[in-house]
Amino acid sequence: MTEQARKKEGIEVSLAVSEAVKQCDADVISAYPITPQTHIVEHLSELVASGELDAEFIPVESEHTAMSVCAGSSAAGARTFTATASQGLALMAEIVYCVSAMRLPIVMVVSNRSLNAPLSIWNDHGDVMMVRDSGWVQVFVENGQEAYDHIFWSFRVGEDPKVSHPVMLNMDGFIVTHTIEPIEFWTDDMVKKFLPPFKPIHTLHPDHPLTMGAYGPPEIYTECKMAQEHALMATVPTIEKAWDELYEVCGRRYSPVEKYKADDAKILFLTMGSIGETATLAIDEMRETGQEVGLVSLRLWRPFPFEHFKAAVKNAETLIVVDRAMVFGGVGGPVALEVKSALYSEKKRPKVVNFIAGLAGRDVQPDDFWQMVERAKSKVANGKEDEFEIYGVRG
Amino acid sequence: MTKPGDQWKWQELEPGFVVTGPGSAAEYKTGDWKSSHPEWNEAVCVKCGLCYSYCPDMAVKQKDTGYFAGDNNYCKGCGICSQECPTSAIKMVEGK
Repeated sequence: MTEQARKKEGIEVSLAVSEAVKQCDADVISAYPITPQTHIVEHLSELVASGELDAEFIPVESEHTAMSVCAGSSAAGARTFTATASQGLALMAEIVYCVSAMRLPIVMVVSNRSLNAPLSIWNDHGDVMMVRDSGWVQVFVENGQEAYDHIFWSFRVGEDPKVSHPVMLNMDGFIVTHTIEPIEFWTDDMVKKFLPPFKPIHTLHPDHPLTMGAYGPPEIYTECKMAQEHALMATVPTIEKAWDELYEVCGRRYSPVEKYKADDAKILFLTMGSIGETATLAIDEMRETGQEVGLVSLRLWRPFPFEHFKAAVKNAETLIVVDRAMVFGGVGGPVALEVKSALYSEKKRPKVVNFIAGLAGRDVQPDDFWQMVERAKSKVANGKEDEFEIYGVRG
Repeated sequence: MTKPGDQWKWQELEPGFVVTGPGSAAEYKTGDWKSSHPEWNEAVCVKCGLCYSYCPDMAVKQKDTGYFAGDNNYCKGCGICSQECPTSAIKMVEGK
């Protein structure tokens, strides 16, 4: 690693993300501005306008069109990027499902934001959970450095011919996107070493006519969905290999399920996104008082890393799942539903206590994790662990 | 497609379900959608070709004799040819 690579620069994370897209030499960016994603594509439009990035920036009238343009450009063999959030992701959802089935390796940042109504621009995970089952590779980052690193990683994974899937990079709106953080930039040599040129499996070209997005009648649709499911699950080895190679390039280690003081913990938190860093502060304090508490954070959300997850929680007595989205009419938050399913057939499994916290920018502070531990102990002692709780709700 | 849709296994499908050759729609016979088919009365047909022009599915073919006939592999029985024929030479007959 060079000295140049180690030097850190204070920069708004959105702008660092845009710089990473520039360093990846993206060919086409199509997006519609929506808070809190705007700074990312705004800066990219500046980079294209100034000539620093040789790409087509295609402004469109809606997110539905943004993803449609991305589908076309990716199908034509262009390295393609977009970003959105919340209502924008909702409007785009139809084409989000199309491009994964068509195996087009678009990279999209979702600066996670709550869904209306009531109108809210603030951070939670309601938007990504809406397209949870859309067949994209979906990862979460906790801070600006992780966000920056994972732009390179997303193109590297998505465009790998063994993967050829779109990648959704989730970062908490405002909390990550709008924070000025010290970022260690990659050198162009590092990017070149890590990210090969994009060579698509199939490309739209008049010399080689083919059909993408064809009609799939009942006698073949089932086989298509089986192939799609298999292809998504088969991405895991390439995903892990890319993280190994990223470690070799920049020295930061990432994995599908990450642990903090978790191996001997009797009580484990499970988080996704930036509140994981807050949780570590609380865990350090609780450890000083002798409480055996730790953290497991899910970096890879789709495909769900079942084996990694089971191994990470197998010794815990209680698993406190902190969800950041609602599942109306369900039996808990989306992450809790997932991990309960993952653990159901395990002979030895922790009791799962589910809190839904941090909806639409409601602060989750270290003290809240202390409170959740106390509430969880009480729930388990009274056999009430199956009742999920919207943490901190008044009334 | 090189074989009928109901004979493909999931492992054999192209990534993204791409159809790798052009013109594959011709292999998908859609003529069994129809409930009636057109029949030409060559005694009154004037070979004007309006049936050929109006057919939305290119399912009207011109024979060597200059008269026209429907291609029942693709004709969906819409009846437009019969409606447009200026000499009423085309009758829609029940059955495929």
